[in-house]
Amino acid sequence: MPKLIKQGCISSDHWLPAEAEAEQAPPNCFPSLRQWEQNAAGSGGAVQLEPGDGITALCPALNTLQIVAIDFPAFMDGRGFSYARELRQRGYNGELRALGNFMPDQLHYLRRCGFDTFQPADESRLDECLRQLRVFSEQYQASIDEPLPLFRRRRAVAHS
Amino acid sequence: MYIYDQYDQRIVDERVAQFRDQTRRYLAGELSDGEFLPLRLQNGLYVQRLAPMLRIAVPYGLLSSTQVRKLAHITRHYDKGYAHVSTRQNIQLNWPLLEEVPDILAELASVQMHAIQTSGNCIRNTTTDQFAGVAADEREDPRPWCEIIRQWSTLHPEFAFLPRKFKIAVCASEQDRAAIHAHDIGVELLPNAAGKLGFKVLAGGGLGRTPVIGSVICEWLETEHLLTYLEAILRVYNQHGRRDNKYKARIKILVKAMGVDAFRDAVEAEWALLKDGPSTLTAEEILRAKSFFTTPPYAVIDAAASAAAVQTRATAEPIFGNWLTRNTSAHQVPGYRAVSISLKATGIAPGDITDRQLELLADLADRYSFGEIRTTHQQNMVLADVEEASLYVLWQSLQKAGLATANIGYITDVICCPGGDYCSLANAKSIPVAEAIQARFDDLDYLYDLGPIELNISGCMNACGHHHIGHIGILGVDKKGAEFYQVSLGGSQSKAAAIGKILGPSFSQDAIPDVVDNLLETFVSLRQGEETFLETYNRVGIEPFKERVYAKTH
Repeated sequence: MPKLIKQGCISSDHWLPAEAEAEQAPPNCFPSLRQWEQNAAGSGGAVQLEPGDGITALCPALNTLQIVAIDFPAFMDGRGFSYARELRQRGYNGELRALGNFMPDQLHYLRRCGFDTFQPADESRLDECLRQLRVFSEQYQASIDEPLPLFRRRRAVAHS
Repeated sequence: MYIYDQYDQRIVDERVAQFRDQTRRYLAGELSDGEFLPLRLQNGLYVQRLAPMLRIAVPYGLLSSTQVRKLAHITRHYDKGYAHVSTRQNIQLNWPLLEEVPDILAELASVQMHAIQTSGNCIRNTTTDQFAGVAADEREDPRPWCEIIRQWSTLHPEFAFLPRKFKIAVCASEQDRAAIHAHDIGVELLPNAAGKLGFKVLAGGGLGRTPVIGSVICEWLETEHLLTYLEAILRVYNQHGRRDNKYKARIKILVKAMGVDAFRDAVEAEWALLKDGPSTLTAEEILRAKSFFTTPPYAVIDAAASAAAVQTRATAEPIFGNWLTRNTSAHQVPGYRAVSISLKATGIAPGDITDRQLELLADLADRYSFGEIRTTHQQNMVLADVEEASLYVLWQSLQKAGLATANIGYITDVICCPGGDYCSLANAKSIPVAEAIQARFDDLDYLYDLGPIELNISGCMNACGHHHIGHIGILGVDKKGAEFYQVSLGGSQSKAAAIGKILGPSFSQDAIPDVVDNLLETFVSLRQGEETFLETYNRVGIEPFKERVYAKTH
């Protein structure tokens, strides 16, 4: 079973990356967006997004989806960061999994954008990923992990 | 200026620790070249032709004397004793050792400096007017807004892997000294019909291979919405900007492809999700940012008497008079001037400054200008708050150090990228071209007769030397392995921004001084009254220049 980081620990589960060419998602594989849309008009609980898919198609199903996996075929393609944050901002509360070729050094930003599970293509780097999960203890901007920007929290400290 | 509190310091210190760890892992083979690339770039570290190059952030061009002394120390201890001021108001070191970069970053952090996001496909240093806070034509000090943008953009988790680099500039004065039309986002602080200040937001400007003047995305935005609106623009760009071709990846290409109206609609749709959210600026935060950019304790000066005294000096000593006229400018406060320090002496690479000169400037800033120094996107430096009565002694000190070249705004005040001498991207050298032009036009009387002319040189299409917006632009091109130079005319970085028009076939390096000479002679022969080069060009067009230059050289 593929290994991953979930709730801050290394564990494993059955989900494999999507096989987009298949007519239907093979067992244990995330359905691609097309497979998910064909399956009972998007009522399935899991889907995998690729860069370029956008999040619009998922918006009507944010309450029924349980896992959204966002693939990073190449670590330089940062679209997944926006997809994650936007899904969370639109109210998605299920699992949000980063999948593929992201770098350990991106874990901190991925976590900040709302990812809570990390399944790197190279499992030998899981320990390094875990180490990089929280390399900053403070940040300026609002994001999913800390919904208040520093300037609102700074004020709270100054007034207390 | 902005002073770090424990939060800012912690973020910068943790960044140093992060990069130290990344460098260690790279040297140990745990990070590949490809992976280390974006990580080092986002800390300003390039691997260049001869050595790495480290670009240090100077947020909106403002430095304290303490920071300048630290820079002098770093150049001496870790480099070859000089630094380079870039066209984004940053400081570049040309010879650091990769292994020592974490130590340099730690030294910088000790004086509240860093190299965060000075390169890479992320939001870069926000730039503004070098005369911010003192310019006579200012509506409001732009620097608090720059600092607010700096904090928001620093280590932003969503926008660290954009399709391409992203540059923001802020203008808050009648004249645009920040080239906001040539930026990915330009914001201009201006009043609405009711007289309230807000932001006009432009997007999709940029230089590089495809120069474009920015389009107005929002005519007027309440200041409290600045960050959420910027975030909406960045989110549209991050999701829809092209990633298949790096030459088409800037936001300008996206804005053109979508059309301004469709792009604006997409921004508004994203903004609806973010507007009035927690990133909406509070009145307290705006006041807090403004509290760092307060008026220094200016002396009350009899302006008329002080002006008369300095004028007497200028008449008695014309060399001082030249410098006074060319290198100092009007100040909001009577009896004060803003002093530009030219880093464009002939024979020195434009924008270069030595460790000793940096230390001298730090001392002079402490003595005459409230301990602050600015860098400019024209690659010069500024002491912004000098009493008129101190100008003469200041000039004497600068002159002894080779820092009193009286050419600010004239043709020898060349904007120039490091070019093929240092940069691995360059097609051609740029520094020797600048030097040859400076050597040719060393007659100051002729220089002043020509009036203000901006001559900008880039060694390649990436346009770090802003050649598109020079009145005269020179671009290094590669022609079958040989270095050639394409000349353009009529660019402008003012509010009437314009992209220069290419004159014709390119020239060899040796021919460039003659070409410039021909352009200037054409200008002089067609000039009416006190017209500037740009005014004459705009009146007569490119043809007379073309005829003259190609008649002589071909």
